[in-house]
Amino acid sequence: MAIEQLEKPGHASRRTAPEITVSGIGKRYGATQVLKDVTLSVIPGEIHGIMGENGAGKSTLLKILGGAITADSGTMELDGHPVRITTPRDAISHGISLISQELALIPNLSVLENVFLGRWSNRGSLLSPNRDSEHFARLLEETGFELDPRATVGNLPIGQQQQVEILKALARGAKVLCMDEPTAVLNEAEKEKLLQVVKRLARAGTTVLIVSHYLEEVLGLVDRVTILRDGQHIVTEEAAGHTPESLVRLMVGREVDFLIPDIPQVPSEAETVVRVAGLTSAKVKDISFEVRRGEILGIAGLVGSGRSETLLAVFGADRTTGGHVEINGRRIRPSSIRDAIKAGIALIPESRKEQGLVMSRPVAENIALSTLPARSWAGFVKAQRERTAVKDVSKSVDLRGARPGQPVANLSGGNQQKALFAKWLLNPPAVLLVDEPTRGVDIAAKARIHSIIVELAAKGTAVIVVSSELEEVLGLSHRIHVMRHGRIVAEFDRNASRDEVMTSAFLK
Amino acid sequence: MTTTSVAVPSTAEKKFNLNFKDFGIVFGLAAIMLFLALNTGTFLTGRNFINLFDQAAVVGLLAAAATLCIISGVFDLSSTATLAVSAISGVMITQQFGVTAGFFGALLVGALLGTITGLIVVSTRVNSFIGTLAVSIIYRGLAIVITGGAIVAPLPEQLASFQTWTWPSLFGLTAGSVLMLAMTTVLGIVLWRTTFGRRIYAVGGNQEAARLSGIRTGSIHVAVFAISGLCSAMAGMILASRAGSAQPAMAIGIELTAIAAVVIGGTSILGGQGAMWRAFVGVMILTVISNGFNLLHWDTTYQQVVTGVLILLAVAADGLFFRKSTR
Ligand SMILES: Nc1ncnc2c1ncn2[C@@H]1O[C@H](COP(=O)(O)OP(=O)(O)OP(=O)(O)O)[C@@H](O)[C@H]1O
Ligand SMILES: [Mg+2]
Repeated sequence: MAIEQLEKPGHASRRTAPEITVSGIGKRYGATQVLKDVTLSVIPGEIHGIMGENGAGKSTLLKILGGAITADSGTMELDGHPVRITTPRDAISHGISLISQELALIPNLSVLENVFLGRWSNRGSLLSPNRDSEHFARLLEETGFELDPRATVGNLPIGQQQQVEILKALARGAKVLCMDEPTAVLNEAEKEKLLQVVKRLARAGTTVLIVSHYLEEVLGLVDRVTILRDGQHIVTEEAAGHTPESLVRLMVGREVDFLIPDIPQVPSEAETVVRVAGLTSAKVKDISFEVRRGEILGIAGLVGSGRSETLLAVFGADRTTGGHVEINGRRIRPSSIRDAIKAGIALIPESRKEQGLVMSRPVAENIALSTLPARSWAGFVKAQRERTAVKDVSKSVDLRGARPGQPVANLSGGNQQKALFAKWLLNPPAVLLVDEPTRGVDIAAKARIHSIIVELAAKGTAVIVVSSELEEVLGLSHRIHVMRHGRIVAEFDRNASRDEVMTSAFLK
Repeated sequence: MTTTSVAVPSTAEKKFNLNFKDFGIVFGLAAIMLFLALNTGTFLTGRNFINLFDQAAVVGLLAAAATLCIISGVFDLSSTATLAVSAISGVMITQQFGVTAGFFGALLVGALLGTITGLIVVSTRVNSFIGTLAVSIIYRGLAIVITGGAIVAPLPEQLASFQTWTWPSLFGLTAGSVLMLAMTTVLGIVLWRTTFGRRIYAVGGNQEAARLSGIRTGSIHVAVFAISGLCSAMAGMILASRAGSAQPAMAIGIELTAIAAVVIGGTSILGGQGAMWRAFVGVMILTVISNGFNLLHWDTTYQQVVTGVLILLAVAADGLFFRKSTR
């Protein structure tokens, strides 16, 4: 399979990708058996998709391969030789690198420092930044990424942070890349670029294991696909014979309807709920729009175009320097989240780990956090009422995998997203701002979240949706605004074509 | 072909680890107490227990407050400086207006100073560790300014009633111990059951997520510092009551003992995790150890070594068990 040699001398700990065989892998957390007797082998240089519902155990499997966690039972062989991988260091020394669902970069360091973290070139004990820069330039060339080595990682959009992660793995001479939902955080263009890079790396002999919930993407990319369901290995097969439907059937074990539901017309007499006029913050300029009762407004644009920042400004989370927001004719105090919440605005933020959830706290506490006063008496939490409310709302978003008393950190990625959604559904909002509503959720849950959004709108909520998935914005919105460089530059109705929207987002 | 297993801890062991992480520290305390009960004839006496609780009163109050601070993601190193200023103010007010006024005056001063500390830390956005360190130096200076560096004491005829916190009350425990137990219980319930408690955890666990949930994170921190000031004042009045006087250098360094107790109990210094009962257990461990050294007539210089080792063990165990339970 290997055609061209991508490896530059002196950077690999291993020359070619190994054949990986795992047998009988089991993993249990408390009472839940997360992986049961999983056996599969990965051919060198192949792109291997790992698919399954939220909580099926995909991340757990990759983490075991990458040494981030250890299995309770089972064995692993590389090229027929048994190995024991118990730390990320072990994995890296065998050429296996894990790029996890939640990125693990050091935000205060520069791109260059992160890429070469722990393995800076040195002469004697002095760092040799020049050699690193050369190596960095070569890596950029290989991948086609455009990154400023001196930029501080914490200031980069998530898409670029992920590119840094990939470079970091390559810099360590990774021959096997385990990528957990790498495309979940990317926009269309970045996604395309990443898929090209993956193909290129595979052609050069790197094995890529990739987890993704995007069926078409997987089918277009991978050589073989492994399906997990409830922690069990269902099949490993050539991807060629599969369709999205056949994959879903294997993943879920039944037929699922995953089209975005039809969105009802907004009645012409529906009154305007949200009126934003000339809103300006450090990141967005002169944002004006209106959303009516029951209407869904989509905001499209590239990463960094100011979509998320628009939502943050409307919500009062970013300091605004001009303009105002009116909800049902009442002006909201500028930069006041509490006033925004009181007016009935809810924000489901872009990053569940940084902005959305308190990872150390229980699921139920997280869900109840933004509406505490609604279920309290004289400052005391009414535990019983909270439990019932949380249980109901968890069911409505199909949250699975942990008891309400367990920390949110124990949930699988997709279920964390559902918890985030549940949090703002406890008290149905008048205005819902959602940033990447279905990031990392499986196809069935995605359909569930889409229908929740549509149902909310049908009941009169004004919704603003930001998504990097153009299909989602197009399918879910009555109208679409396109943003570029912090401004709204175009407006389309729902019949706009994908290409029209893409073009206006990209235009200079 | 032989194969090696990836790792095979039995599930039983795993379960034990989890429980041990949660309650291991209670077993630790029980073990020390059992050891002392078997090796001394005096440990298990009512008198000794009254003593134990009395010795735990001051650190206990400070540790209860430190628990709130640490869970909300801040440290209050100014707590004993606040203690000194409020105790001194309490004594001076006592001289003028009597014992009751003095006590409530001290509480007022403590809460006020705590609030000021909180406002300074929140509005300057400096790291609370550095911020409260600076504030503590200011407050100690203030204490010297007020007293001119001297010891202050209530009037001779007030002394008997001023020392009310050392008197026996409920179950023979000193009034100071009862105050400590009451505050620990109240603040424990606040943390466990109230919306304020929920917010404290949220702010400490993820400040940005808390902010985006509509929580005024600054107000939470100011409130926590204010409570810390209040507890410091109580501890200060217990100390002054015991000594019959107050002075600018009182209780120096005890803020660190309180933080140590919190950590030994198993509350994470990273914030967002922990509980009030842990602080209480931590305080009792430290107190029982010092009590044990006395009862066994061991050289008390080694007590510091033991305490230090214990803190390291507690922190290391936390890291170890945490890693185990997620690996
Ligand atoms: N530290 C943990 N403690 C307890 N349970 C856990 C822990 N980590 C994961 N789990 C549980 O293991 C199951 C599998 O999780 P995993 O993250 O592997 O799912 P996944 O297939 O990657 O799902 P997703 O598509 O949502 O990312 C879930 O039910 C999750 O709740
Ligand atoms: Mg996952």
